[in-house]
Amino acid sequence: MSEKKEKKIRVVIAKPGLDSHDRGAKIVARALRDAGMEVIYTGLRQTPEQIAETALQEDVDVIGLSILSGAHTALFPRIMKLLKKKGLNDVLVFAGGIIPQEDVPTLKKMGIKEVFGPGTSTSTLVEFVRENAPRRR
Amino acid sequence: MPPSARIQQLVKAILKGDKRSIARTISIIENDEPEAQKLVALLYPKTGGAHVVGITGPPGAGKSTLIEKLVKELRNRGKTVGVVAVDPTSPFTGGAFLGDRVRMQDLSVDSGVYIRSMATRNNPGGLAKATKDASRVLDASGKDVVIIETVGAGQSEVEVVKVAHTVIVALAPGLGDDIQAIKAGQMEIGDIFVVNKADRENANKAASDIEAMLEMATEKTGWKTPVVKTSALTGEGIAQLLEYVDQHRAYLKTGKLDERRKERVENELIEALKEKITESVLSDFRSKGQWEKLTQRILARQTDPYTAADELLAKRLKSKTKKENKQ
Repeated sequence: MSEKKEKKIRVVIAKPGLDSHDRGAKIVARALRDAGMEVIYTGLRQTPEQIAETALQEDVDVIGLSILSGAHTALFPRIMKLLKKKGLNDVLVFAGGIIPQEDVPTLKKMGIKEVFGPGTSTSTLVEFVRENAPRRR
Repeated sequence: MPPSARIQQLVKAILKGDKRSIARTISIIENDEPEAQKLVALLYPKTGGAHVVGITGPPGAGKSTLIEKLVKELRNRGKTVGVVAVDPTSPFTGGAFLGDRVRMQDLSVDSGVYIRSMATRNNPGGLAKATKDASRVLDASGKDVVIIETVGAGQSEVEVVKVAHTVIVALAPGLGDDIQAIKAGQMEIGDIFVVNKADRENANKAASDIEAMLEMATEKTGWKTPVVKTSALTGEGIAQLLEYVDQHRAYLKTGKLDERRKERVENELIEALKEKITESVLSDFRSKGQWEKLTQRILARQTDPYTAADELLAKRLKSKTKKENKQ
């Protein structure tokens, strides 16, 4: 009865591309869940179209992309373009996995807010999402 | 944009099947935002076209995978489909891990399918509070079939009967014997039973246990509850299952649907009343200062919650009659 109404942060954690290493993605999903967020997990080998469409249907506030295959420079621009096309301009996008430092500025330029490398603590991530998730409602 | 114009715009777009508007509206309902009631009110007259199918069953029975196959088969038959898949919210952190889409990956880019994952937000009974209204949004958007997947449900989680026209209880071999099959609750709500993972050992035994239980049914309803073995792996039984769903829909059309609908509408009215009465009475009590005093008295063991509730209600009744007398 005394439950307070609070808006939940909805996050989709997606694995674009062909690598099948999702341990990191699952740890991030679990950490965000434990921080009280609603985390939608897509599973492996998602196409940019699948990820953007999932974000649209699930009305998420945040998208986390996990990639270890090295295909981020090919896949991320397509995801960002599709998100814009679908009108999801205010969604917070971050990335994690194996992404070389020299690629980070390009990724940020296309709208990816932050890139996290191996060894990032889950509390850093949680804090980042809490601080940057759009307050649209 | 003023709120009323925004609501109108959302409704208009939903009726055209716009996914973004469907998504936003379901969130508004889920978060119980101020516009939620108005949105439901405007969409309600446009509902009733979709056949709502509920799928329940214990965790790991293969509900999500089964739904993926069902949706594909429905799409082959030219039907559009909405799915609301419910997973549990943690009672400790309030967070949720919604993983049903993992089994439905191929469906996310099909323009005739809309899938929404939903956390229970600690609503009991296997569904979220917003599930019913979400299924209404999808109904109004023109989907032919709306499928609702409950959480991996326990024996007593039967809320889905209040939302679905046809309830499928999905089980898998090896989950229990004929004693489990005769227990009350979930085993009573199936319009159709599915023994999924039929490619596994003991599927026949599980199916015959359920059939035996169904034969003991004493109530004659005119619907003979079928048991169908399915395998999401091989595709066995999926077309048959859809046949049964169609048959059940035809059966409901013989008048049973009206009965079910009326009963459901009455229940919903009661629920809505309860909620609104509780809300208004509670806020009334809370604003009057005696609330804190009473809470303290209960804490100090000077009274108990039941007596305190009686006391509050008696006082309210008194002040009401006084007001009425004055008029």
